[in-house]
Amino acid sequence: MSTHAIHADPAVGSGATLRGIRDVATLTGRSLRHVLRSPDTIVTTAVMPIAFLLLFTFVLGGAIDVGDAAYVDYLLPGILLITIASGIAYTSYRLFLDLQAGIVERLQAMPIARSAVLWAHVLTSLVANLVSLAVVVLAALAMGFRSGAGIGAWLAVAGILVLVTLALTWVAIIAGLTARSVDGASAFSYPLILLPFVSSAFVPTETMPGPVRWFAEHQPVTAIVDAMRALLAGEPVGGELAVALAWVLGILVVAATIAAAIQRRRRA
Amino acid sequence: MSVVEAPAIRIRGLERSFRDVSVLRGVDLDVAPGTIVALLGANGAGKTTLVRILATLLRQDAGTASVAGHDVRSDARGVREALSLTGQFAAVDEVLTGRENLALVARLRHLPDPNGVADALLERFSLVEAGRRRAGTYSGGMRRRLDLAMSLVGDPAVVVLDEPTTGLDPLARLEVWDAVRELATAGTTVLLTTQHLEEAEQLADRIAILHRGRIVQDGTLAELRALLPQATVEMVERGPSLEDVFLAVVGERPGLESPAGDAGTSEGER
Repeated sequence: MSTHAIHADPAVGSGATLRGIRDVATLTGRSLRHVLRSPDTIVTTAVMPIAFLLLFTFVLGGAIDVGDAAYVDYLLPGILLITIASGIAYTSYRLFLDLQAGIVERLQAMPIARSAVLWAHVLTSLVANLVSLAVVVLAALAMGFRSGAGIGAWLAVAGILVLVTLALTWVAIIAGLTARSVDGASAFSYPLILLPFVSSAFVPTETMPGPVRWFAEHQPVTAIVDAMRALLAGEPVGGELAVALAWVLGILVVAATIAAAIQRRRRA
Repeated sequence: MSVVEAPAIRIRGLERSFRDVSVLRGVDLDVAPGTIVALLGANGAGKTTLVRILATLLRQDAGTASVAGHDVRSDARGVREALSLTGQFAAVDEVLTGRENLALVARLRHLPDPNGVADALLERFSLVEAGRRRAGTYSGGMRRRLDLAMSLVGDPAVVVLDEPTTGLDPLARLEVWDAVRELATAGTTVLLTTQHLEEAEQLADRIAILHRGRIVQDGTLAELRALLPQATVEMVERGPSLEDVFLAVVGERPGLESPAGDAGTSEGER
């Protein structure tokens, strides 16, 4: 294998891409092994959202007026966002530990694409979060959650969840790259976990006082939650889906760009 | 490869500063293929900065550096194919076993039989038994040996070791020294940084002294010794050093698996 060809001949580009994909797969396998060997990270991720589900469904929910729908049906989309917000904290945690142990540096001194290291963490985050989300949905079903949505609507909900996970994972990557301590690496997720409380996730926004209501109605969680809720209820989805997608894709692009820039500057 | 005659590492006028602190101020250094060169310098002399530039982890401000004929700036990938860096702190994945660590590197270097490569290196570094355990359970010396073994996956032409024995006990240090000597015997070029004069004496074919950002001396041990006036003969009573005593008491140099008992506890550590 000639190492010079990689630079000299653009026709070899596709070979390089193929190798890049293989490297991402290899590194993803490695960090998935980390997740498998400490499955408590998936359980921990799912515990808090399930506790919220129980608390709001069986303790507080009876006093909350959400119209005709069962409260657990109303609640689930917001809980799924909280699940993702707590799951991605592990991504920045794992990335931070890799940086501290010198593993990122070791990988960057090897002939593999620098972005492969980050993409492996992103894909691992996606897989781990999807498993946690499935656990939470199963728990909701056990608590009486029911949906009349068809396969298309479910796929749309899954697509939204995948995009939200990717967007927030890149935010987590930024936190992992810039953190100075283990605590700092995961602290960024606390505001994200709280954000759904000031949205339509738990209660309709109509009862909130002016400025709070304005914030709740204009922050991304409300649009995302409303879109998923409509899809799961089998209702027609309105403009909230477009707003939700714009937010999520916007966060995704901005966060990924910033993370890539930080990664490049590490070699300054 | 057409670079057999050229130095394995060639550094000319290398400069690098951090903010207004000038760390490297024009370093010139050649390392001939198949030799061990020790880069000797005090803490903060710029050894790690130099090594990181060679490993393409850091950019120089001025000057050039090439590894096996590949320029670190214009052909970083070529450098990464030819050079392996073992950093100051053993960068092993503690969650993976020793064998998985080696196979991971072999996969990333796209070698045909990653597990076979891993097994061969475990054998060579006396880690066969430990290879099935998580690296997090290893002693300092074993971690270092695994770290070295990971650097050798794919037989890179040049291996750079940044303070390979810092923080190791005397036994583990001897293990690492043996491993480094074996490397050079196999034809690998080794550049190692150290602040221990004895380490440079023990291992290196040539010694380069880095001081205030420049190589102030570069030569064989004999050449460096010749710089000072001839030794005068003095009678000094020399008892065994503490290190001699320590090594005698804890048994002969193992160089093998690990201090006795380690293998037996392998299952109980989880």
